[in-house]
Amino acid sequence: MLEILFSPETISSTVRMAVPLIFACLAGLWSERSGIVDIGLEGKMLAAAFASAAAAAYFGNAWIALIVAIAVSVSFSLVHGYAAINQRGNQVVSGVAINMLAAGLAVVLGNEWFREGGRTPQIPPEAQFAVFNLPFMSSLTGIPVVGPYLNVISGHSILVYLAFIFVALSAWALAKTRFGLRLRAVGENPHAVDTAGISVARLRYQAVIIAGILCGLAGTYLAVALQGSFVRDMSAGRGFMALAALIFANWRAWPSMWACLLFGYLQAVGLRMQGVKIADFEVPVQFINMLPYVMTVVLLAGFIGKSIPPRASGIPYSKDR
Amino acid sequence: MGARGELPPWVDVALIPALNLVLALLATSVVFLFIGENPLSALGIMLDGALGSPRGMSFMFYYATNFIFTGLCVAVAFHAGLFNIGGEGQAYFAGLGAAMVGLGLDFLPWPLLIPLSILAAALFGAAWGFVPGYLQAKRGSHIVITTIMFNFIATSLMAYLINYWFRPVGKMAVESRAIGSFDLANGDLTGAYIPSFFEIFLGAFGIRISSSPLNLTVLLAFAAAWAIWYFLWRTKIGYEIRATGLNADAAVYAGIKPDRIIMIAMAVSGGLAGLVAVNEILGTQHRLLLEYVQGAGFVGIAVALMGRNHPAGIVLAALLFGLLYQGGTSLSLAKSHINRDMVVVIQGLIILFMGALEQAFRPWLAAYFFKAEE
Repeated sequence: MLEILFSPETISSTVRMAVPLIFACLAGLWSERSGIVDIGLEGKMLAAAFASAAAAAYFGNAWIALIVAIAVSVSFSLVHGYAAINQRGNQVVSGVAINMLAAGLAVVLGNEWFREGGRTPQIPPEAQFAVFNLPFMSSLTGIPVVGPYLNVISGHSILVYLAFIFVALSAWALAKTRFGLRLRAVGENPHAVDTAGISVARLRYQAVIIAGILCGLAGTYLAVALQGSFVRDMSAGRGFMALAALIFANWRAWPSMWACLLFGYLQAVGLRMQGVKIADFEVPVQFINMLPYVMTVVLLAGFIGKSIPPRASGIPYSKDR
Repeated sequence: MGARGELPPWVDVALIPALNLVLALLATSVVFLFIGENPLSALGIMLDGALGSPRGMSFMFYYATNFIFTGLCVAVAFHAGLFNIGGEGQAYFAGLGAAMVGLGLDFLPWPLLIPLSILAAALFGAAWGFVPGYLQAKRGSHIVITTIMFNFIATSLMAYLINYWFRPVGKMAVESRAIGSFDLANGDLTGAYIPSFFEIFLGAFGIRISSSPLNLTVLLAFAAAWAIWYFLWRTKIGYEIRATGLNADAAVYAGIKPDRIIMIAMAVSGGLAGLVAVNEILGTQHRLLLEYVQGAGFVGIAVALMGRNHPAGIVLAALLFGLLYQGGTSLSLAKSHINRDMVVVIQGLIILFMGALEQAFRPWLAAYFFKAEE
């Protein structure tokens, strides 16, 4: 049991599991900080996963796959943005629609193009992202005890490093830049921002597009880097888990990363515990799997700490009030 | 855009939804054209698959049974101003109640056991809706997030319970033992087994009708639709639910306690979703198994939007979605390159155009009508 909980393999798997969560969670962060609730993270991630897998199979290039995935994900974002910003529609309803549309379209189009019941062909190694080895790492792995753990931070796909760079970038942009501060203001008090002569709609569209790009990265990582193909419903609730992580992190960038690493760790342990017996007792992994959701419910209920969403999130903005 | 709520009522109730539906169907046609299929011939196959034979029609009513329950589930919450995305989890958790009573009290005669099992399903569904309602009312947790989380918790919890507690020792399939039985030869019924119309006709009267899972639960669905109409528009609590949904602050001044109403509405909503377990576990599968809800909870959102949250509209919308599901199956059988998930696409488009973009036509209609008045 202990060797599963703390082995270098589990820690390494934690990083891989956390990366799609981090991208999606940051997407949610940008969107919700501007006042647009995004239930559709799951759908955008799934659409991007399908688009990237299909493009990688067709073009044989991981970077083209990424661009296609981002384009698809952003177009879903724009639909959500149009519904939420221009039409002042219900943002939750729009998110639900996007999730369904993505889940359905991916399988319908996948079956039409590849005739494998909705899955895409295996992506050849040359169309996957190159593994990125940090310099000097190989010489350090020889150190006893610590050595194998150092290896955890090296030898991942480039997207893994990009995820952590985006955390830092988001934290900096939201806290220190004029754009980030305005964006946060629009999520708290859009009327004040409007009074200052700044366009609420423009800022919110920018936020929604950033969310689309990040979901595109999440989906591409899932299909091209992690799995090597697209299979139906492969996002498997990660978009909602990212939403849970966002709540857990109280809508902040660095805590988001830690929450995603925590949830990624639980996923990694859950995977490795499958079928493991301790003294004839099979560990029910279902309880590990439900832990992120239970923790989020408990946190939201205010039993441990308090999580407060941006004040204007989910409320359509209209000038005439 | 300032002319909100000043259009004639028939425009709001009929014209706008109709225009939105047309838009959703046009978008669906584009998807069909994109995969090289004539939308009209696809529509023809779907209509024929669902309405062209008694068997197709009974499948349509079987699907509609679930959708009436989940549509009502979403609508009751909507009337209280709440968005319950947790119908899926509530319906799943309800299976636990149905199976516990159906299996645990199987020494009881069926006239007693069946109502008890139905009650258990409703209560378990209600409990799974009540808790998020309580957390919203008393702790301020957002209902949308909590119900989403509860869907995932239900998935893991049920997987555990079915695997470790309900699965007979030595059996590979992850499911419980059979709940009740029905003897086709002489029509003998034992246990919490709700027979299908096919079984009733063959077992009791010796008449062979086309076989389908359509069972007596469909009558419960129509009864539930009427009961919810009565509940919402003819009882005090129903009035309080609608008042809270329209304006919770004003409701307080009418002596209504919104906290209490939120909890009641969520319990009723969850209980309605729980009745899906009656149709699926007691009426169709006759055992507790994994993931039997299969998205019916989410279809309920589309059904409620389309039915304008009114039980009569919901019954009609549920039948339409039943038609879509049965028609989608026929379509995927007739055209090998079209996947059954096409139905999910149509569902998504309907939610998008009838829900999120429902006001799209309003500015134009307002401009048209006010010009006509001048």
